[in-house]
Amino acid sequence: MDPKILIARRVAQEITPRSLVNLGIGIPTLVSDYLDEDMGVFFQAENGAVGMGHRPPEGMTDRHLTDAGGRFVSFVPGASTIDSAFSFGLIRGGHLDLTVLGALQVDEKGHLANWMIPGHYTPGMGGAMDLVTGAKKVIIAMQHTAKGEAKIVPECTLPLTSERRVDLIVTELAVMKPEDDGLHLIERAPNVPLEVILEMTEAKLIHGPDVPEMQIGC
Amino acid sequence: MHLAISIDEAVDLIPDGATVMLSGFMGVGVPDRIVHGLAEAGKKDLTLISNDTARDTTGPGPLFAANCVRKLICSHMGLNTIVQAQFASGELEVELVPQGTLVERIRAAGVGLGGILTPTGVGTKVAEGKEIIEVDGKSFLLEKPLTADFALIAARSCDYVGNLAYMLTATNFNPIMALAGNTVICEPEEIVPVGMIPPDLVKTPGVLVDHVIKTTA
Repeated sequence: MDPKILIARRVAQEITPRSLVNLGIGIPTLVSDYLDEDMGVFFQAENGAVGMGHRPPEGMTDRHLTDAGGRFVSFVPGASTIDSAFSFGLIRGGHLDLTVLGALQVDEKGHLANWMIPGHYTPGMGGAMDLVTGAKKVIIAMQHTAKGEAKIVPECTLPLTSERRVDLIVTELAVMKPEDDGLHLIERAPNVPLEVILEMTEAKLIHGPDVPEMQIGC
Repeated sequence: MHLAISIDEAVDLIPDGATVMLSGFMGVGVPDRIVHGLAEAGKKDLTLISNDTARDTTGPGPLFAANCVRKLICSHMGLNTIVQAQFASGELEVELVPQGTLVERIRAAGVGLGGILTPTGVGTKVAEGKEIIEVDGKSFLLEKPLTADFALIAARSCDYVGNLAYMLTATNFNPIMALAGNTVICEPEEIVPVGMIPPDLVKTPGVLVDHVIKTTA
């Protein structure tokens, strides 16, 4: 299975019916493809959409209706639009059940860095700092390494997005959960040996003798 | 009743060195004709307050291509290569503000508040040099109001007294910036008789709007 699809499918299992969810750009965006539409999940975007649907068919796009990445979307029945202040009121005010974001680095404390590589590239935080600060649950969905370089590290060296601990980290190799005592390895991707995960991770992972496999149907 | 003005007349109102709020989100809900007018007029040393810098040719993009902006206050600039180059060379001063903080700082200015207290940014680079205030045991950053000489906004519809209605996600920063600019200039897609926009659908009352751009060239 394509690693990005594997990650998206595993994250989709974390989404509960009738929840309000914000998906970041990249792998997180794929998550909505693996959800049952009758779960009644509403996808929120920073630019003021509550209830985004898939991209409309060719010739049926509306330039007034886009997601936070500026891509054309549609609406599901029951959708609504709000202004940017209201949108961040939802995010910061604890009304958002879940946000799924990408990362440059995550560390053993569950701290996230995803907005700046000093001296190289400074895209800016956009809505990420508010999302991580305010969402009830934060899941990081990302590839385990970046061109061979570790992304799950003992301590972030890049500027932090928030001092809040993220709730779950899902990669194509593993599922990890930061707790008070450190970063726990709780699932392996199908057919990935424990040793491979440990070798590919700079951070110390806490785990038992047997780490269960992700349950991903086909 | 407002008398609509031309793009050129609007551009003439805005001097070099002005602080300008520009609405929109990744190029959606941006007053594009005003942006092009400012770029073509070769305005200089603007301070631009905008959520993002979109891409090289969309949203505020033309203002950077024409070297109109000296200082940028935004939340995201990752997809505009001209902005990235100007930032790297030091010719463009940038203040990055978390998006939720940016909109609330603008709103604070518009509604007469002395600032806002937000948990966003506590414990990060964003907190550097800012006052931290504890309320009921929780830490918040004091973020100050953000005002501007001009708010340049876009609307779906505008009636003869300047009441504005927006459409879908093109709403974004528009109604907030309409409160915060000293002079508010709106570029609507259509101008309609009073009554065509039902009162409940008016998101910016016309009393806030100083100038409306003609829908014809």
